[in-house]
Amino acid sequence: MDYVIVGAGPAGVIAAETLAGLEPGADITLVSGEPEPPYSRMAIPYLLAEDIAEEGTHLRHTAGHYDARGIRVVHERVARLDPAARTLAFEGGGSRTYGKLLLATGAAPVRPPIPGMDLAKVKSCWTLADARQIIAGTKPGDRVVLMGAGFIGCIILEALVARKVKLTVIEMADRMVARMMDKTGGDMIGDWCRGQGVDVMTATRVTGIEEKVDGSLSLSLEGKEPVAADLVVCATGVRSNIGFLEGSGIDTGQGVLIDNYMATNLPDIYAAGDVAQGLDFSTGGHDVHAIQPTASEHGRVAARNMAGHRTAYRGSLVMNTLNTLGLISTSYGLWDGAEGGDEVVSLDRENARYLRLSFQGDVLVGALALGLTQHVGVLRGLIQTKVPLGKWKKVLQDDPHQIMTVYLACVQDATRRRAA
Amino acid sequence: MQKSLLIDPDKCTSCLQCEMACSFEHEGVFNPARSRIKIFEFEHGKRAVPYTCTQCAEAWCLHACPVEALVRNKTTGAVEVRDEICVGCKVCTIACPFGTVNYNPDSGKVIKCDLCGGDPQCAAACPTEAITYVDSAWTGYERMQAWAVKTDTKAATA
Ligand SMILES: Cc1cc2nc3c(=O)[nH]c(=O)nc-3n(C[C@H](O)[C@H](O)[C@H](O)COP(=O)(O)OP(=O)(O)OC[C@H]3O[C@@H](n4cnc5c(N)ncnc54)[C@H](O)[C@@H]3O)c2cc1C
Ligand code: SF4
Ligand code: SF4
Repeated sequence: MDYVIVGAGPAGVIAAETLAGLEPGADITLVSGEPEPPYSRMAIPYLLAEDIAEEGTHLRHTAGHYDARGIRVVHERVARLDPAARTLAFEGGGSRTYGKLLLATGAAPVRPPIPGMDLAKVKSCWTLADARQIIAGTKPGDRVVLMGAGFIGCIILEALVARKVKLTVIEMADRMVARMMDKTGGDMIGDWCRGQGVDVMTATRVTGIEEKVDGSLSLSLEGKEPVAADLVVCATGVRSNIGFLEGSGIDTGQGVLIDNYMATNLPDIYAAGDVAQGLDFSTGGHDVHAIQPTASEHGRVAARNMAGHRTAYRGSLVMNTLNTLGLISTSYGLWDGAEGGDEVVSLDRENARYLRLSFQGDVLVGALALGLTQHVGVLRGLIQTKVPLGKWKKVLQDDPHQIMTVYLACVQDATRRRAA
Repeated sequence: MQKSLLIDPDKCTSCLQCEMACSFEHEGVFNPARSRIKIFEFEHGKRAVPYTCTQCAEAWCLHACPVEALVRNKTTGAVEVRDEICVGCKVCTIACPFGTVNYNPDSGKVIKCDLCGGDPQCAAACPTEAITYVDSAWTGYERMQAWAVKTDTKAATA
């Protein structure tokens, strides 16, 4: 079979490796839209922080890794898909056919429609090329404004602080990481950052950016004094890369719509990762979950189905973990509560500790934590196994920090039942 | 024959010798807080359960890692952290549904059980044989894996 995978991020690479494992000798082409060897966007913050060199962002570290598996890596950008002719057209001219196709083109940053967003000193932080520009464009003491304090914004925040710039964070929402933290948690992260000398402005809208004669930037804010900057980093959200699919007849919403076998509406075309709008484990609906664990799971399940091993996906569970200047936060699933469900909260503002568990009946369906670093994963275990907590729910209601004990009790009960 | 840790909670007296041995092996200090194996007490201390990574076949941690810092040791079967590659993103800590990868803020990297390269110190230190290192076929390994399968996000092949 002639497999073509468009996109060499984690979803594409893991799919290619899985295919190679299932079908040794298969013809596998991995199309990367960027000049570098396949790399992980997630590692970019650590490059900015100078914890690692560029090689440290690469998805694989062994020389000849792809060749050894019969995976051909080509560097081209796909401009168009013609499903009737089973052909991909490249931006640089030329085309190629496919037997089975995986769309793993990820997502790309979007900027708000305000004046000045096209200035050279306004940067995104999404690719290695972006990272090089930010590294070249910042020195200790520079005034940097970070627009957007979502999940990605907050990860970049940490990296920019490590670069010793004078940082101002401007966020439109009423709190930081609004899509992974409730008001309590988001505000605690905001207070924590302010306490460490980062200027955080929430509920603040940038209305335009201007370059002054001295080369510095001025950001006008709605109802507030303007802010000066030497560089602006924009992290105001991302959108699935589906532009090149226009006119192909493929069904899209926010991303490429896929069924539980990662297949699109068109024959022999699958999608995975940030570009895919797939099954959500918690809601049963279809959503884009632009996170690393989803990209990795999508890639593996898509490859299995492409190779003819019909494998249903149970859906991706939203999971995020963030380190904001030493404060670790985590969220899973329906962290903001479930309809008709109940919850338990433990809050210690002074010590920046917060734990909120959401239940539906006696099943854990979501969790949110600040300052929890030990055995965090059991929250996933409890949520994803949908294990009935029975009498153990009461224990959690009395003290949500008993998650590990409750988890072990449930494992033991399950093991005993199986042994019996 | 690959070996694995066999844990028999009924024999555990909660003496913490395993935690001490583990932290000494990996961190050079006798400090249970730095141990990769943990004793959990419940029912007010009436029961204690030693708990660590089962080196599960699914290896959620390994697949979720964005930079290939987690690798399977072909000899011992253990999933090991390559410190020089780990960036400390903690994705593995939320991906492992057993909660057995932990972040170490001091090193900025994660720690997990590596079976001490094939000579697990916890098993050597346990005075009651609550932890033993035996051929995989004889352990509750399959049972643990059965639990792992339950946690699988993929349904059984249709
Ligand atoms: C700074 C930063 C920090 C992050 N931190 C985290 C984190 O802590 N935790 C987490 O879970 N997630 C994090 N993410 C998100 C995570 O990186 C993504 O979810 C993940 O990379 C998605 O993988 P993917 O393979 O779907 O897409 P991508 O990694 O985006 O890969 C897409 C690939 O497609 C290629 N491509 C795109 N268009 C075309 C085209 N037309 N033709 C050919 N090739 C094309 C691209 O060049 C690229 O190779 C972070 C992202 C960034 C940018
Ligand atoms: S750390 Fe967790 S996911 Fe990784 S091998 Fe061990 S039990 Fe499996
Ligand atoms: S913390 Fe380290 S080992 Fe874990 S996923 Fe991130 S890079 Fe990989």
